[in-house]
Amino acid sequence: MTERPRGLLLAGVGGQGVLLASMIVADALLSAGHDVKQSEVHGMAQRGGSVFSHIRWGPRVDSPLVPLGSAEVLAAFEWAEAIRWVSYVREGGAVVADVRTIVPPGACSDRRSWSTEFPGIDPEVFISRRLKTRPIDAAATALGLGNVRVANSVVLGSVASFLDIDQIHWEAAIGRLVPAGTEEVNLAAFRAGRLVADAEVPGVSHYRGAYAGPHEIAIRHDWCKGCDICSRICPEYCLGLDLNGKLTVLNPEACTGCRLCVLLCPDFAISITAPAAPVLSGTRGE
Amino acid sequence: MVTIVEPSVLLSGNEAVAQGAVEAGVLVAVGYPGTPSTEILESIADRDDIDVRWSPNEKVALDVGLGASLGGVRALVTMKHVGLNVASDTLMTAAYTGVGAGLVIVTADDPGMHSSQNEQDNRAYARMAGVPLLEPSDSSEAKEYTAIAFAISEEFDTPVLVRTTTRVSHNRGIVSVGPRSEVPGKGFVRDPAKYVMIPGHARTRRPILLERLERLTEYSDSTSLTVESGRDSEFGVITSGIAHHYVREVLPEAHILKLGMSYPIPMKRIGAFADSVDRLFVVEELDPHLEDAIRAAGIAVEGKDLFPQVGELSPDSVHHGFARAGILPSRAEPEPSPPTVARPPLLCPGCPHTPPFLALKRLGAVVTGDIGCYTLAALEPLAAMDTCIAMGSSIGMAVGMAASGGADGPVVATIGDSTFLHGGIPGLVDAVYSQANIAVLILDNGTVAMTGGQEHPGTGVTLQGSETKAVDLVALCRALGVADIRVIDPYDIAATSIALEAAVSYPGPAVVITNRPCVEAPVKIRDRPYHVISEACTACQACMALGCPSIVWTDETYEGRRKVRIDPLTCTGCTVCVQMCPPFAILRLPDVEEPNGD
Repeated sequence: MTERPRGLLLAGVGGQGVLLASMIVADALLSAGHDVKQSEVHGMAQRGGSVFSHIRWGPRVDSPLVPLGSAEVLAAFEWAEAIRWVSYVREGGAVVADVRTIVPPGACSDRRSWSTEFPGIDPEVFISRRLKTRPIDAAATALGLGNVRVANSVVLGSVASFLDIDQIHWEAAIGRLVPAGTEEVNLAAFRAGRLVADAEVPGVSHYRGAYAGPHEIAIRHDWCKGCDICSRICPEYCLGLDLNGKLTVLNPEACTGCRLCVLLCPDFAISITAPAAPVLSGTRGE
Repeated sequence: MVTIVEPSVLLSGNEAVAQGAVEAGVLVAVGYPGTPSTEILESIADRDDIDVRWSPNEKVALDVGLGASLGGVRALVTMKHVGLNVASDTLMTAAYTGVGAGLVIVTADDPGMHSSQNEQDNRAYARMAGVPLLEPSDSSEAKEYTAIAFAISEEFDTPVLVRTTTRVSHNRGIVSVGPRSEVPGKGFVRDPAKYVMIPGHARTRRPILLERLERLTEYSDSTSLTVESGRDSEFGVITSGIAHHYVREVLPEAHILKLGMSYPIPMKRIGAFADSVDRLFVVEELDPHLEDAIRAAGIAVEGKDLFPQVGELSPDSVHHGFARAGILPSRAEPEPSPPTVARPPLLCPGCPHTPPFLALKRLGAVVTGDIGCYTLAALEPLAAMDTCIAMGSSIGMAVGMAASGGADGPVVATIGDSTFLHGGIPGLVDAVYSQANIAVLILDNGTVAMTGGQEHPGTGVTLQGSETKAVDLVALCRALGVADIRVIDPYDIAATSIALEAAVSYPGPAVVITNRPCVEAPVKIRDRPYHVISEACTACQACMALGCPSIVWTDETYEGRRKVRIDPLTCTGCTVCVQMCPPFAILRLPDVEEPNGD
C-alpha cells in the first residue's frame, strides 16, 4: 500500500490572509518534493465570512479535500474558527490557534441576554480531544518584531514545528510569495513562530444580563402629532405610524429601554417603564 | 515530437485553464466576472499577445468570442455557471453555425453554492445545445483539456464547453507549463449559408449538427480523455470531474472509468465497462447526468440513491455512499466540532451600501434586490432586501411588484453599477415604458466588488489597464426617459433618506444613484478611525443597526445594555455610525495614532 496523503487545514476570517498563507504552505510542500493539492473557497466568504483552505500532500494526492478526522494540523488565525474546523483533525493531531477573537456583529444581537454566544478562549476544548494544542498570540509576537501584519507568518512558523518539512523550503516559499519588501520581517516572524510559547489565555467575556420582561411603552395619543421622529430613531424598530399618521407600537417585545424616543419626542407623548425587576447590571461568568 | 522538460508549477484550476488557452495560441479571451471563474482572465490580463477583456455580460462575451472565432482567431470565453444562462441564446445557435477558428467556452459551476444563487449543473447545456463538453478534474487536466478543446472545436467545427467546478477552479495543483504556440489568424470567410441563421439556412444546419454529434460520439468513445484504471473487480465506478478524485481517495484500487468528455457520453465504452463488472456505480456531483443516460441505455446502475444530489461531494460523502452500498465498511463519524459562533459574510466596515439599506428599512419599502455585495443587506441587522434572483432581475421584478398592487410599502429596486450595465438596463426601459411607480437605487461603487474588484464599462478602465470611455449612468438613465434622477453621497444618512423618500413619492419611475467608491477596490480607502467615548455611550444600540463589523459590544453596560467599541484596525472612518449616535459618543480623536497603514 502506498503512503497515504496527509492533510492540513488553515482557517480564519475573510480578509485575514488565509489564502496567501495556504499558498506559502503549498509552495513549501512542492519544493520539498511532494505532490500537492490545495483547495479553498473564496468569493463571498472573503467579506468577513469563515474562510478555510485544505492542503494535502504525499507521493500522490487525489482528493484536494481533507477527509474529516484526518488532518495532521489545523491552523486557525482566529479562535472561534479553530473550534469550527476541529473535527477535521486526526486523533493525536495538532491545533495551532491564535487567541485573537473577531466577534461578528451578528453575535451582538441578543437584546435579552446581551450574550454574544462567542466561545470562550479555553484550550481545554482541544486538549479534551487529545490534540496537541498550541494557543498562540501571533499579533503580540508580530508586534514585538515591529509589524502586526506579519502575524500570519508567526502562525505558519508554529505550524512548521509540527511538520517534517525542511526549513529551507518554508523560507524559500515565504521569500517568493510575501509582498516585496516584507521578506525579512516575515522570515523573522516565521522563525519566531517556530519557538513561540503558548499564550496566556486572556479573560473571556461571558457577560449575561438577566431578562426581566418587556418594557412598557405608553403613548399619550392626544399629545402625539405624528411627526415620526421617534419611529425613525428607534434602534429596534419598535414604533411606527398607523394609516392615520398616529404613533403605534409595532413590536413592544423588542424595546430595550434606551428611551431615545422619550428623549427626542417634542411633545413628551411617550413614556417607558422598565420591568418590575430592572436590569441594572449583568453578571460576568468565570 | 521533441520532448522537453517543462517546468512544474502550482496553478489554480483557473490559472491552468488560462495557461492551456495560452499554449493553444488563443488570441482573444473574453468574459464577465463571476465566482469561481473570475481569475481565468485576470491571470493573463498582463499579456500583450492576447486581447483580454471584460464584456458587460456573458452573452456579449460569447458574441465577442464567436465574432472573433469567425474572424479566424482562437477565442476563449469565460463565465460562471449562471452566466451561461445569459449566454445560452447565442450558444444554442452557435452550435448550428459552428466556428471559424477554435471557440472554447468555460463554464465554472458552483456546487454547494459557495458564492451563487443556485447550483445548476451545466452539463445539461451541452446536451441541449448539442456541443461537446470536457470536464477536467484538477489543475493539470484543466490546462490539458482546454488546449484539447481548441483542437476539438476546429476539427469538428463546433463551440466546445469546458466545465469546471469550484473545487477545480479554486484548487491548486501541479501543472507542467509549456510554451505558447502561435496560431495565426485565418481571416473571416464569408459564408452566409453557415453564418446567417435565417430559417432556410438554419434548416440546413440542424442535420449538420446532428451528424456532427454522431462523429463526436465516436470521438468520445475512442478518445484518451476517457481513462480506465484499477483492477477488474466485482464492481466498477463511472465518474467525472472532481468526483473522480474522491472515488480514488476512498477506493484507491477500484476499477474506474473516468470520463474526461461527459458529452457526448461514450456509451460504447460504458457498455463494455458495464459488461466487465457485476455491479456498476456512477459517482457524479449534482445531477444524474451520466446515470440517467446509462439507465436509459438499459444498463443497471446505482448512483443518486447512494450519493447526494445536493451540494458538493466530498471524500466523506463518497465513502458514506459506498458504505451504504456494502462496498466499504461504515466508518464511525469523527466527533463533531463543538458549537461556535455563526459567521456569515458581511458588508465591509465603511461599505457605502449600508446607509441606503438602513434608509430603505426605515421607509418600510418592498425591496427587490439583485446580485452583488449589497445582497448581504438581506441579512440581520439590516434585513432590508426581499428578493434576489438573477443578474438584473431587480428592476423588472419591481415593475411587476408595483403592478400587482400587493406591496405593503413603496417598491424599490436595488442594483449595483456593474449589474445594472449587465442586465438592468432593459428593466429600466420597461419601468419607463410602463411608467411604473417604482424607485430604482443604483448602488454605484465603481467596481465589480463581490468578485474582487474588476473593471467594467462604467469605470473607464479596461481589464488590461488602458483608459477608455466610461458609461455615464446619469446620462444613460436620462436618455432612457427617467425624469426624476438624484445622485447622492450614501455616507450622508440624512441626504440619503431624503432622496429615497422623494424618489418613492415621485409618481412614476425615479432613479437614485449613490456615488461613493467601494472601500476595498480599486484602492483600499482608510481614513482615521473613530472611537467610542465609553462614558458617553448610553448603549442605545443605534449604531448596531448598521451591522458594521468594526463595532462590537464591550463588557461595560448602561442600564444592563452593553456598550460598544470600535475596532481601530478595521474602522475606515466613514462617519456613518457617528451620524447614528444620539449622545454624540463617537469621536475622532486627534491624538490617536493611525493604524500602521503601509
